[in-house]
Amino acid sequence: MSFVSKAFARAARAFTPAVRPIPSVASPLAPGVFSDPMVAGFATSMQSYTLPDLPYDYAALEPVISADIMKLHHQKHHAAYVNNLNAALEKYAAAEAKRDLQGMIQQQSAIKFNGGGHVNHSIFWTNLTPKGQASGAPAGKLAKAIETEWGSVDKFISTFNTQTGAIQGSGWGWLGLNKESGRLQIHTMANQDPLSTAGLVPLLGIDVWEHAYYLQYKNARPDYLKAIWQIVNWKNVEERLTQASS
Amino acid sequence: SFIRPSLITFSIFRICRSMSFVLPDLPYAKDALAPHISEETLNFHYGAHHRTYVTNLNNLVKDTPNQDKSLEEIIRTASPGPLFNNAAQVWNHTFYWNSLAPNAGGEPQGAIRDKIIENFGSFETFKQEFSKKATGHFASGWAWLVLNSETKKVEIVDTHDAGTVLTDPKYHPLLTCDVWEHAYYIDYRNARAKYLDAWWSLVNWKFAEHNLHAVYELKRRKS
Repeated sequence: MSFVSKAFARAARAFTPAVRPIPSVASPLAPGVFSDPMVAGFATSMQSYTLPDLPYDYAALEPVISADIMKLHHQKHHAAYVNNLNAALEKYAAAEAKRDLQGMIQQQSAIKFNGGGHVNHSIFWTNLTPKGQASGAPAGKLAKAIETEWGSVDKFISTFNTQTGAIQGSGWGWLGLNKESGRLQIHTMANQDPLSTAGLVPLLGIDVWEHAYYLQYKNARPDYLKAIWQIVNWKNVEERLTQASS
Repeated sequence: SFIRPSLITFSIFRICRSMSFVLPDLPYAKDALAPHISEETLNFHYGAHHRTYVTNLNNLVKDTPNQDKSLEEIIRTASPGPLFNNAAQVWNHTFYWNSLAPNAGGEPQGAIRDKIIENFGSFETFKQEFSKKATGHFASGWAWLVLNSETKKVEIVDTHDAGTVLTDPKYHPLLTCDVWEHAYYIDYRNARAKYLDAWWSLVNWKFAEHNLHAVYELKRRKS
């Protein structure tokens, strides 16, 4: 297997649920078995990614993010990234099986767009938590690292919001860890490009594609950025930092 | 007609160079494109987004050499960054409002129709390709119908974020479709393909025809 497909296979194992054994065509199993979409799906694609459930109800992030937005964001936007990613990977695998290099290259932008969308949103849902459960501020190692870098949490947030607010078009604002230097960094990314392509480990991402806030905040992106800190799951961010630092 | 007043304001953004840029009037009332594009959308898209680009542009050129340049000059000379982004978005949106009209849509007639059929085989093929380009553009951007002065053909081009065909001298813009989410989210949520259906019901073929003739006239004068 190529390096790329090995990497995909590794990632696929991390994300996919346990694989059910695929019966051979000649098996004595019940005739209807291939009409089972689960089996048929796995027979054609071993690399299916799935839409993760939200860790809370659609209305749980109100009033900061409305249930309408959460439902669309999860069931339409994120789900589309997952479906389109799976479709692109199937085409990629088919091209690779034929050693059709041009066919493989043709799928790369779709894999980056949709795979990036899946990676980013999967992190995003865990970075948020209902207002009542949010700790309100970072603690421990994370708090220390933020203060070292920006002087205070408030200064960090205002710098983050300025940079993220200024993103032209669609993109994300990130707090990331530079593993080489061991330092935290604010870094913005365009479109759905994952932070990993900038060499940083993602800790906290804020989606500023218009679909993330438009129904509620319209063009007032700064208002959305001001409000979202009320529902940031600092515990999750700290867990990610701990994991990345180990 | 829905073209002439808007083209006058479109081509002369400022009365004289020392004045700041002004948001041109919409060529029609805010509810004129309903139900395809709602009044609410126009209130935000024109009244907030487009207006903000104009405000930002004025702030960025104030007391700089750029304040004496025309909008097109700024777009063609600015390096990537806020000045280019705001200037280009001012221009793009004005071109977009003119690309739409009430009681328009459907199929073109005249020279633009002939050109489309000549280069795409049929109007249906062109329509499918344009919709595919516009719907398939990932993230924010614009889909354009242009006349390519090198190939002498009408072509479909997409640009990203604030990108505009104005920066490519071989492209003469005929029509544009805004595919930033703010263009369609209020009316169609994530369903960009449905918004494209609405765009086809509003497309201002008279504007496209006018733009095509303007290019021919320019070439006639040069030759």
